[in-house]
Amino acid sequence: MTFVPHSDRERQEMLRDIGVNSFEELLQGIPESLRLKKPLNLPEALSEFETVKIMGELAAKNHTTAEFANYMGAGAYDHFVPAVVGHLIDRSEFKTAYTPYQAEVSQGTLQGIYEFQSLICRLTGMDVANASMYDGGSATAEAVLLALSVTNRRKIVVSSLVHPHYVDCIRIYLGGEDIEVVKVRHDDGFIDANDLKAKIKNAACFVMQNPNFYGIIEPIDRVPQIVKEAGGLLIVAANPISLAHLKTPGEFGADVCVGEGQPLGNSLNFGGPYFGFFATKKAFVRQLPGRLTAMTKDKNGKRGFCLTLQTREQHIRRDKATSNICTNEALCALAGTIYMATLGKQGLKEVAQLCFNKAHYLKDQLCSIPGVKLAHDRPFFMEFALKLSQPTVKVFDRLIEKNIFAGVPTSRFVWEEDCLIVCATEKRTKSEIDFYRDSLREVMV
Amino acid sequence: MSIPEGLKYTREHEWVKIEGDVAIVGITEYAQGELGDIVFVELPPVGKVVKQLESFGTIEAVKAVSEMFSPLSGVVKETNTSLEKDSTVINKDPYGAGWIIKIAKFDLAEVNALLDAASYRKLLEE
Repeated sequence: MTFVPHSDRERQEMLRDIGVNSFEELLQGIPESLRLKKPLNLPEALSEFETVKIMGELAAKNHTTAEFANYMGAGAYDHFVPAVVGHLIDRSEFKTAYTPYQAEVSQGTLQGIYEFQSLICRLTGMDVANASMYDGGSATAEAVLLALSVTNRRKIVVSSLVHPHYVDCIRIYLGGEDIEVVKVRHDDGFIDANDLKAKIKNAACFVMQNPNFYGIIEPIDRVPQIVKEAGGLLIVAANPISLAHLKTPGEFGADVCVGEGQPLGNSLNFGGPYFGFFATKKAFVRQLPGRLTAMTKDKNGKRGFCLTLQTREQHIRRDKATSNICTNEALCALAGTIYMATLGKQGLKEVAQLCFNKAHYLKDQLCSIPGVKLAHDRPFFMEFALKLSQPTVKVFDRLIEKNIFAGVPTSRFVWEEDCLIVCATEKRTKSEIDFYRDSLREVMV
Repeated sequence: MSIPEGLKYTREHEWVKIEGDVAIVGITEYAQGELGDIVFVELPPVGKVVKQLESFGTIEAVKAVSEMFSPLSGVVKETNTSLEKDSTVINKDPYGAGWIIKIAKFDLAEVNALLDAASYRKLLEE
């Protein structure tokens, strides 16, 4: 990160512009009794040189995906990000998380958002997408709020194979309200459609994830019909890379499609910032949370971009707004836009195909080891859950010694069974995968 | 400013017209003028129970949105679904084709709590 400190002269100029003589005078409004009269209890300041050295030493203690072969997924994915993404989002004009005030002055920003919305619609097969959300979890929770508002019901049904962090997000968003949250069982890794049928009555929505938390591709043959017949909305949290390969939620009848946008051109970044995407049917556009950009014509008939349907939003609708989200993750979403535009339809399909192929090769290799088997033998996309004959955390720690992030142990969550969720992106090579197999075989002996 | 005689008004700028056992509800010419071009009306479902002076829906202009308050308690018997296609009819004809809902099973005693044309005009002049 670059940093240029202010000079004393600049400080003086700023004080003069404000109309005060000194910093002390600026603080006059704060009563004496509230002021700290002694220095802060902090170590002495370091020079820039010393600071850089200490920070560098601290950072070197981390194991990172730069030197480890990473098989962790379960919500955040280690895809390759082409250099063009970083280069373009580094332009200073884009560097704000906010949709600008006087938004229409910033035509470039709005056009970027418009392209993003259009690409998300194409990817999900839905009619309309917003300018982005904070992340996959908050997008899923906002989809639940939309369903409650549209149906005027007080109950929601959630698949037990939705990411546990997403379910936490939903519960937090519903915290102040008296809404019943009902879980639907799974049948060996698939949504139990009979259990869904028994519980869906009077529910505002059914929330499912596809591929689900175990990476399994859900059979969507019965679910949409069951939800529709009960008058609820079908909310699908999807992995955006998988959408290049699988039937889109729009095609199989989802009412809202949300998801974590990080796999699209955003690095892992130690868990954030990420962005969420949110797409729905045109019929629900007035219940859409967040900002929405539209294309229009100016008074001379030239193409332009504007924010639209703002009466849903807090600055106009106040407490009746559809959502509390007043901004979006514009820069992260822009990275996603550039990634999608760079790869194109064919490129995204190839990424999806590579992930699929490598994950299946990985599964075959790992499951050839005694004491290693699939938790649920179902079709999967780019990750799968393993049952190990030894505690997964122990196996995970042993493989750290081999510079392998072996996967995500489910014991990190409140979860029903002890599994290792293993993922392969296009970045994993055959020799890396074979090394993982050999290393795991040693550990399992 | 058109404020027809024979209608009753709320302080929130809705009008109601009693026709036998049905009460027709809309917003006043003043209200549509204040809102500007109306782009959307969120109608309640038929059969919804409404209470006097409680919100029964929202009305949306380009840069503003406003609640609509029911002049009477009762049950929504019919809604003006033509507004879903063209809500600017409220701007053009607020007391006629721009009606919004019809209420049944209301209590005539509640009508007394509403303003007549003269009182409503006085309210606007204040």
